[in-house]
Amino acid sequence: MTREEILNKYGKSKDNLLYILHDIQDNNPRHYLTEEDLRAVANWLNLPYSYVHGVATFYSMFSLKPRGKYIIRVCESPTCHLMGSSDVIVELVKTLGIGIGETTKDELFTLELTSCIGVCGVAPAMMINEEVYGNLTPEKVKQIIEEKRRESK
Amino acid sequence: MAEMVKLFIDGREVEVEQGSTILEAAKKAGIHIPTLCYHPDLPPTGACGVCVVEIEGSPTPKRSCCTPVAPGMKVTTNSKALREVRKTIVQLLLSDHDVTCPTCPANEKCELQSLANYLGVDMNGLPAILERKPIDETSISIVKDPNKCILCGRCVIVCNELQTVSAITIANRGFEAEVDTFFSQGLGNSPCVNCGQCTVFCPTGALSERSEIDLVWDALLDPDKVVVVQEAPSIRATLGEEFGMEIGTVTVGKMYAALRKLGFDYVFDTNFAADLTIMEEANELVERIKTGKPLPLITSCSPGWIKFMETFFPDLAEHVSTCKSPQQMFGALAKTYFAKEAGIDPSKIVSVSIMPCTAKKFEARRPEMRDSGYQDVDYVLTTREFVRMLKSAGIDLKELPDEKPDELMGMYSGAGTIFGATGGVMEAAVRTAYWMITGKELENLDITAVRGMAGIKEAELDINGLKVKVAVAHGLGNARELLTKVRKQIEETGKSEYAFIEIMACPGGCVGGGGQPKGSTFAMRARRGEGLYKEDKSLPIRRSHENPAIKRVYEKFLGKPGSEVAHRLLHTYYYKRCDQTGCTLEAVTEKHVGHH
Amino acid sequence: MKIARMHVLLPVDPDTVLAGVMEFQKALLEELRKRNLEEEIKVLETGSIGITGKGILMVVYPEGIYYANLKVTDIPRIVEEHFLKGRPVKDLLLGEVPARFVKKEKVGLTREQKRVVLENVGIIDPENIDDYIAAGGYEALEKVLTSMKPEDVIEEIKKSGLRGRGGAGFPTGIKWESAKKAPGDEKFVICNADEGEPGTFKDRLILEGDPHKLIEGMIIAGYAIGAEKGYIYVRGEYELSIRRLQKAIQDAYSYNILGKNILGTNVNFDLEIKKGAGAYVCGEETALIESLEGKRGQPRNKPPYPVTHGLWMKPTVVNNVETLANVPSIIKNGAEWYRTMGTEKCPGTKVFTILGHVVYPGLIEVEMGTPLRDIIFNYGGGIKDGKRFKAALVGGAAGVFLPESLLSVRMDFDNLKQYSAVLGSGAILVMNEDTCMVDMLFSIIRFFKHESCGQCTPCRIGTYELYALINKVREGEAKEEDLDKMISLSEAMFKSSFCPLGQSLVMPVKSAIENFREDFLAHLDKNYKCEKCRR
Repeated sequence: MTREEILNKYGKSKDNLLYILHDIQDNNPRHYLTEEDLRAVANWLNLPYSYVHGVATFYSMFSLKPRGKYIIRVCESPTCHLMGSSDVIVELVKTLGIGIGETTKDELFTLELTSCIGVCGVAPAMMINEEVYGNLTPEKVKQIIEEKRRESK
Repeated sequence: MAEMVKLFIDGREVEVEQGSTILEAAKKAGIHIPTLCYHPDLPPTGACGVCVVEIEGSPTPKRSCCTPVAPGMKVTTNSKALREVRKTIVQLLLSDHDVTCPTCPANEKCELQSLANYLGVDMNGLPAILERKPIDETSISIVKDPNKCILCGRCVIVCNELQTVSAITIANRGFEAEVDTFFSQGLGNSPCVNCGQCTVFCPTGALSERSEIDLVWDALLDPDKVVVVQEAPSIRATLGEEFGMEIGTVTVGKMYAALRKLGFDYVFDTNFAADLTIMEEANELVERIKTGKPLPLITSCSPGWIKFMETFFPDLAEHVSTCKSPQQMFGALAKTYFAKEAGIDPSKIVSVSIMPCTAKKFEARRPEMRDSGYQDVDYVLTTREFVRMLKSAGIDLKELPDEKPDELMGMYSGAGTIFGATGGVMEAAVRTAYWMITGKELENLDITAVRGMAGIKEAELDINGLKVKVAVAHGLGNARELLTKVRKQIEETGKSEYAFIEIMACPGGCVGGGGQPKGSTFAMRARRGEGLYKEDKSLPIRRSHENPAIKRVYEKFLGKPGSEVAHRLLHTYYYKRCDQTGCTLEAVTEKHVGHH
Repeated sequence: MKIARMHVLLPVDPDTVLAGVMEFQKALLEELRKRNLEEEIKVLETGSIGITGKGILMVVYPEGIYYANLKVTDIPRIVEEHFLKGRPVKDLLLGEVPARFVKKEKVGLTREQKRVVLENVGIIDPENIDDYIAAGGYEALEKVLTSMKPEDVIEEIKKSGLRGRGGAGFPTGIKWESAKKAPGDEKFVICNADEGEPGTFKDRLILEGDPHKLIEGMIIAGYAIGAEKGYIYVRGEYELSIRRLQKAIQDAYSYNILGKNILGTNVNFDLEIKKGAGAYVCGEETALIESLEGKRGQPRNKPPYPVTHGLWMKPTVVNNVETLANVPSIIKNGAEWYRTMGTEKCPGTKVFTILGHVVYPGLIEVEMGTPLRDIIFNYGGGIKDGKRFKAALVGGAAGVFLPESLLSVRMDFDNLKQYSAVLGSGAILVMNEDTCMVDMLFSIIRFFKHESCGQCTPCRIGTYELYALINKVREGEAKEEDLDKMISLSEAMFKSSFCPLGQSLVMPVKSAIENFREDFLAHLDKNYKCEKCRR
């Protein structure tokens, strides 16, 4: 879908802003919103550019920087923390060779920390794009990353 | 008749209108509640929490600035617990603040500083956690320093709702939240029109003007240079209050004395150039009324308004007067007319202006403002910068004698002085236009219908039988409203009901300008304006065309209003600007002889 | 439900999907087909049954046998032994069937749990509206539309004493009454499904397991206050919930339960799902409303309250999922029935989430006022791996650390207040003796620092200061006065933050430092070895 097609699905009302941004971001293989995207949305909804920028930067799910093919979101909330998420995070940083909020050089993975994703029963947990992975251990996480690497080829 | 509510504050009974806030009720009862982010002219945001008060029956204290009163409410404004809370809030702000008071542009006017002093806050109570962000210096007029921002939210409300420019927003969340432009591209690359209202409302040094104080000192101390200075009408009505005098006191004589003490070689007055602007603009108005178009004529002396017009209303550019602002007319003449009269090499002249305005810094550097052959105005100092210079030189305005300006470009009429108040340009222009059209003098010089703080004012004037409808708007939000109406009228009927419109970018007019002292409330602006009208009434000459200095400059130099020389030096043209980045796109008017 | 000899329920939720339940289901259906058993043995997808961390689960009726940790390779054995020969496969059963699943009747409901909100979850197929109706669904709606005036509905809810289940515990009937009385031609009902409180997924269970119950509750709420439009604000991460809700809404429209002239009356109600975008603060009702209006999700000042000035400044009722899910049962069975459960001031039931170092982590629904000890030891099975209990974080991240001495506290809004604790979302995180309280407090402060909206000074900078201070403690750079500083700072935040997010930090900070001061004092020594804080 082109950006224009996405915009045309929505009425020119300010309360559609978040959903338009969601759709445009999901439509981008690098999972982010570009400067042109924000300008186009602002023009469509007749809002100041600065306003759209202010809204887009408030919510965790939007990114203004290109991200990897796989966005890893590790839950850092107290429940997962109690069940060992720190070890998982340390392992991911080691395996991927990047810091939190960064993307690997091959543009495959972005590592982010997130707040509770509501799957506390299998803590520690993480999401890779829309898929949930739970009962994580440093070993398991290494395997999952390798699996994803193979999948992407 | 609004319903009244009775409540108790610190045991005192007070009665206020329903819908009032606790803060308003406390004010009425004469009880002081400390505040920080609250500003009387803006809707409360509740950001800082300093104004919290205890309410009987409420489990937590509530912000008095935005909590409405309820009948029988029992409020405590001062308790040990509340004092601790307020101190903690200030401590939090200071731990996230670049504390550099002596070099900060807001030093001694900073509301955070005075609150910390008032509450007696231990500045080292909490670990310092400031994460330095870069200072935005992309704009010619305004500097944004995020390390001093307390996120009160005033600037964002002012830019978006009052001025309707929307150059800035609050971006990011939590501790990362900051006042920012689109994609952090900087004020200089945003639709910012340089009006500077944000710098006036900003309680700290986070938003302030780009300083030219050092450049002016260098010029003053350079024996090779001849430094001439002009001062806007508003300055004389504002200076006094910064030295302890009553708001609205006109201290023009002391102002000249202070400037001479600083070392300026020639002390002129922008009011002279204001009279000049009236000559040229009234002439322009008369021409347009005679030919029937293009009307309405819209004033052009507010550079914040001009950039606003170029950005959001370029389709109305042909309506805007081709006259330069008084500052720029003065600049062009200083390095031609004055240089000639005084026998000075114009390349040695440094032309400085004292302005209540941040946009004038941008205006002086517009590439077309070089009709003298040099940059017509070299440096612009805001009222705030001027006051800092005086204080740093140990000059106390109150102690100075009254002096006179250098007359060549310093003599002015009452019409020139009222330029500083909203409606003043309109009134001044009408006094001369009347004479130009009818050949007779306007008897009642006080056109009160266009005076005062109402956002949009209208009047129908009777110029010896000729009915002329005029309108005045101040504050860009009001300007937008008025001009949207005019634009619609022209689109639908080919013409507008108005013949003449005055627009000032700043609420109150220049007395409320973006370069005026921080903390200028609307009430203070109104009183400064009244000071100017008082001066006008006291002057022997109240019409621009009767000013001897004006008569002289036409006789000796310009010929007549609208002449070729006048056009070359005193008129200008405008651009169209991108409404989201402010960058220039194309020129939309022309400058050539016989334009209208 | 069609009449079959045997019903096999497969709970489908993120936990079991993770474990591979979809592939298992395919394989099971294939096996049944091979054996010509498809007609007599019905396989149903259902919502979570509240058991977590036990892989693929399966419940077989009419016996009510629970299997756990199943693999595809177990299928032939189960079908052969259990389905054909009637002998449950013992080594695949869910260990010792925990107390909460011991029941008198052979069908469905357990004895010790009082499942009102969750009565259908794990029993019916959430994607089948007929299942819901067969189980008694939409009877309450019918009763309301045919024999009750809006005022009667509000009276009934008021009499029942139902209080908001999102955390604040505000009397729902009074909220509805205020909205009904508020002047305005357009009113709204909003369901707050932004569930972001760490350690909570009760709303997800209801959305995934019994979406029609929520829909029914919302329509009744709309009727009561005079609203014809409802929104369900679901957090963006709840994919399955959104899908199930969309199906349920679609079905409800086709059955004329939503839309114009519901069930032939002149009552209208439209329902729409709106996705969140990742901000815990949007769980606060005014921040949620701001988000719906396309703005930054920053809380508004109250008063005015949403009941008079809500969505687009119109009268709006914002209720939590669990609150609305109580409504159909209350209407159907009456306020007196509801009051037979729970306590005088907090009637009814509550869904609790038990997580952490317990044997049986998961969800239960029990009467308000159940002692904490019972929840942790009877339902949760006590501390696993033979460890000792150290602390329970009750209420969510914005909760209180309770030590062993306070385990007898009864879980309802008012009883917990005595201990400066709150019921919150009903999350209970159980910690064993190896837990470092400094580390846990660190995790909570980090959470709030990330989620603060930044609008008000006390919270925006206060959370960051607390973060700096707790890090000092972790790294051995702190002095004892820093601990008191943390408490007084969080108390100042309680008194001056704009919304409950900043106000609530005083609970975990104060309770952690006061109830477990030894942990903190130990960390003041730079040489103290703590595995969690000092790597």
